[in-house]
Amino acid sequence: MLDNEEFMLDSYPRELTQNPLKKIWMPCRNGHIAQRRVCMTNCPTLIVTVGLPARGKTYISKKLTRYLNWIGVPTKEFNVGQYRRECLKIYKSFEFFRPDNEEGLKIRRQCATSALNDVRQYLSVEGGQVAVFDATNTTRERRGTIVKFAEQNGFKVFFVESVCEDPDVIAQNIVQVKLGSPDYLHCNSEEAIEDFMKRIKCYESSYQPLDEVLDRDLSYIKIMDVGRRYLVNRVVDHIQSRIVYYLMNIHITPRSIYLCRHGESDLNIKGRIGGDSGLSARGKEFAKHLRKFIQEQNIKDLKVWTSQMKRTIQTAECLGVPYEQWKSLNEIDAGVCEEMMYEEIQEHYPLEFALRDQDKYRYRYPKGESYEDLVQRLEPVIMELERQENILVICHQAVMRCLLAYFLDKTADELPYLNCPLHTVLKLTPVAYGCKVESVYLGVDSVNTHRDRPENVNVQRSTEDALQTVPAHF
Amino acid sequence: MSGTQRDNGPANSTEAKKTDLRMHERKCSWASYMTNSPTVIVMIGLPARGKTYMSKKLTRYLNWIGVPTKVFNLGVYRREAVRAYKSYDFFRHDNEEAMKIRKQCALVALQDVKAYLTEEGGQIAVFDATNTTRERRDLIQAFVKENAFKVFFVESVCDDPEVIAANILEVKVSSPDYPERHRERVMDDFLKRIECYKVTYQPLNPDDYDKDLSFIKVINVGRRFLVNRVQDYIQSKIVYYLMNIHVHSHSIYLCRHGESNHNVEGRIGGDSELSPRGRQFAHTLREFVDEHKLSDLKVWTSQLRRTIQTAEELGVPYEQWKILNEIDAGVCEEMTYEMIQETFPEEFALRDQDKYHYRYPGGESYQDLVQRLEPVIMELERQGNVLVVCHQAVMRCLLAYFLDKGADDLPYMKCPLHTVLKLTPVAYGCKVEMFYLNVEAVNTHRDRPLGKIPKDSAIIHRRNSYTPLSSHDQVKRPRLYSAGNQPWLPLAPTPSALMPEGRQSQESLCEGIDFDSPDETSGCVRF
Repeated sequence: MLDNEEFMLDSYPRELTQNPLKKIWMPCRNGHIAQRRVCMTNCPTLIVTVGLPARGKTYISKKLTRYLNWIGVPTKEFNVGQYRRECLKIYKSFEFFRPDNEEGLKIRRQCATSALNDVRQYLSVEGGQVAVFDATNTTRERRGTIVKFAEQNGFKVFFVESVCEDPDVIAQNIVQVKLGSPDYLHCNSEEAIEDFMKRIKCYESSYQPLDEVLDRDLSYIKIMDVGRRYLVNRVVDHIQSRIVYYLMNIHITPRSIYLCRHGESDLNIKGRIGGDSGLSARGKEFAKHLRKFIQEQNIKDLKVWTSQMKRTIQTAECLGVPYEQWKSLNEIDAGVCEEMMYEEIQEHYPLEFALRDQDKYRYRYPKGESYEDLVQRLEPVIMELERQENILVICHQAVMRCLLAYFLDKTADELPYLNCPLHTVLKLTPVAYGCKVESVYLGVDSVNTHRDRPENVNVQRSTEDALQTVPAHF
Repeated sequence: MSGTQRDNGPANSTEAKKTDLRMHERKCSWASYMTNSPTVIVMIGLPARGKTYMSKKLTRYLNWIGVPTKVFNLGVYRREAVRAYKSYDFFRHDNEEAMKIRKQCALVALQDVKAYLTEEGGQIAVFDATNTTRERRDLIQAFVKENAFKVFFVESVCDDPEVIAANILEVKVSSPDYPERHRERVMDDFLKRIECYKVTYQPLNPDDYDKDLSFIKVINVGRRFLVNRVQDYIQSKIVYYLMNIHVHSHSIYLCRHGESNHNVEGRIGGDSELSPRGRQFAHTLREFVDEHKLSDLKVWTSQLRRTIQTAEELGVPYEQWKILNEIDAGVCEEMTYEMIQETFPEEFALRDQDKYHYRYPGGESYQDLVQRLEPVIMELERQGNVLVVCHQAVMRCLLAYFLDKGADDLPYMKCPLHTVLKLTPVAYGCKVEMFYLNVEAVNTHRDRPLGKIPKDSAIIHRRNSYTPLSSHDQVKRPRLYSAGNQPWLPLAPTPSALMPEGRQSQESLCEGIDFDSPDETSGCVRF
């Protein structure tokens, strides 16, 4: 068929070709594959925080950014305080923030403008989909400026206001994140707290909270008393709905999340991936050590979750406490490669093996899944983990990597290579803006199942090159 | 893959009970499992604020995700107690006789709620009434506390007169209260009925009186929401759901891919291409879409070739969803039913025993599919006009959601090839129109097997679908295993009827209640 004829036959269906890496069927004409970008929103979204200092705006910004990036929405936060620190170099005192400090106001306005310019760059040029503009934005005037900016650039705006009058919460906030701020490196705690309280005062007089009547046409969520109450106004699209759902599920009650894999399994020993085998002798030993560990930790109201595969359930059974099974926690489905050794995959599917090394995050096993699919599958788990308090999740290597990447803010490139060895428990404790990680090896030997990215990922590579990084097995 | 274990029957009766409980336990959906104490959802609002609409929709959604839920509509109880509705005078707050009756109805309804949640295996009861005074709400709270239930209030506040008028026209005109259906008269009487309630209406006050309650206030049909003290997983899901539904008119079109090569060979699953007749269907589908002049139609497909090929023909942008992929038949993928019968006769029999919960080895069950499809349902609720090109099992699950079908019916719903179903939300339900696009195709429907399937044959434990008891649930309640309202329960309207009330006997309901006895009416506080 000639080129021009093809164009005339408008109703003739385009041929489908399957992307060899992601196994997604895409139309192509003359070999040109139509790129489909599945996105959550038609136009970029600008999230704008609102609130007095020490109300958790940066905490929310960072957490939200982390979540959105993890589910695959390119998101970046822009903290105006950072811009101010770059501009000022040295922070002297709260006086900078006094409402009658003309010089201060000028600089602050410049910083906001500079940040907005970077936002525009990120959303319009660099392919970002969501930008989080983290600042106090406490006056209607400032918010009006931002709304106009967004309109000019075709962005949607969603406000996230945090309102809190509980002095304990505010004090806790200051201790956790302000004392360590670059602004107060040269102060002792009392001085810092005193200065910061005065800083808050500077904003209070001009604070115009989002108003039910005056701001009724804006899209926003007002978070009151750290999530006791929410006011949600005019959610207009899917991404805003997801953001609201996420914000309504997070909490700041101190707790710890324990992540570990099942004990060593029979297939692990043989160097085979996937399958549904039981624990090896050493795996059972690990389960006993895990029980001891849990008892020693003396955790209040610990919940235990497993997948629906034998090896995690057997591990949990040993603990002697009730546990809940999630099918979503099942290991990544390796499709036609299930129960194969890496050597066998190289032998039977050398092309697939190479493609996987080229882009391990997006690579989907034939008739199986990719890490990208896994993340989508695990999203409800993450949502529920956010709601929970103390919890132990007994899962699998790929699954644990995905969960860990969420908590430690790892990129899609890093995720598939995170180290999650058998018989090791990771204790994650949210602290300040991030997560403290403690790794506890429970002293029971096991095989190593971690396969690093080999140097040569070319599809023409030799078997030796392909198997360069395969871990030892029986 | 190692084989399944066979249980030859437990030795003693406690073992039997444990096994029984475990067998039953594993049938609960994940969502149901996560819900610990029973919850009473209490609707609040003046008449014509969409309380019943939300109650029914919410109930349908919760049942679909496997949480046994039921609506208790006070109006229905009232209509039974007072056979003939005369006029709005019944609702005047100074009508003592009527007040007595209305209060009694509430008490009776609450007793039914209690029975449903404690004896009949229900987990959520939706108490659909105006509940506009603090007094009434305090009464309910006392009841809830007494029975160790949780309570979550859903208040609908609306001051847009157009919305209210539209509401009245859509659902009140056809209500049993107004058999003569004369529009203006109905409108007039109903508006006066609303006025009766307004006099004593005390909305939830989040800043003072009601600040410790768990509730969501839906303002102006979802323009704004106030959410207070969400306690747990299920309340969080309820809030999310209520925030995603809308009342704008729209239509959802469901169809399967065109006939595929595997279809022709009688094979299940796989990722084959369209047959020539399948391609013809895709072409006809395009004409259908053009004919219906759908504005801003979104088209969704799965990531399997046959749905994508079908959508390609339409010449419009479409979105691929992996979660719309057909049910994974595991080891049975790409087999014909004959081959499955031959290779895995036990599996084949098991599937016929309980098609909803049965999971293919290395594959999925309908129950898994429902969990997988939940984000699709949530997004369909948010959207306008959508055409979903999917697969047989997937379409059954989606259809079951819209038509409120339970786990027993779902796997046997008819979803033939080359047929488009148009679903239009109307009143409290869904109007269905079926369009056969006149392109022949094989029939892929396998009916429910006739004759008795021995349900008490030796139980095969599936080690990968075992679910133990949870610590919160040591006192085992008998659970309803079929998701979906059971039509025999008194006063539950049948899903397909646009006329809300069924004509069942209510004598049993009011048995033993003497409305005139002093004991019954003592302590009766004015509503």
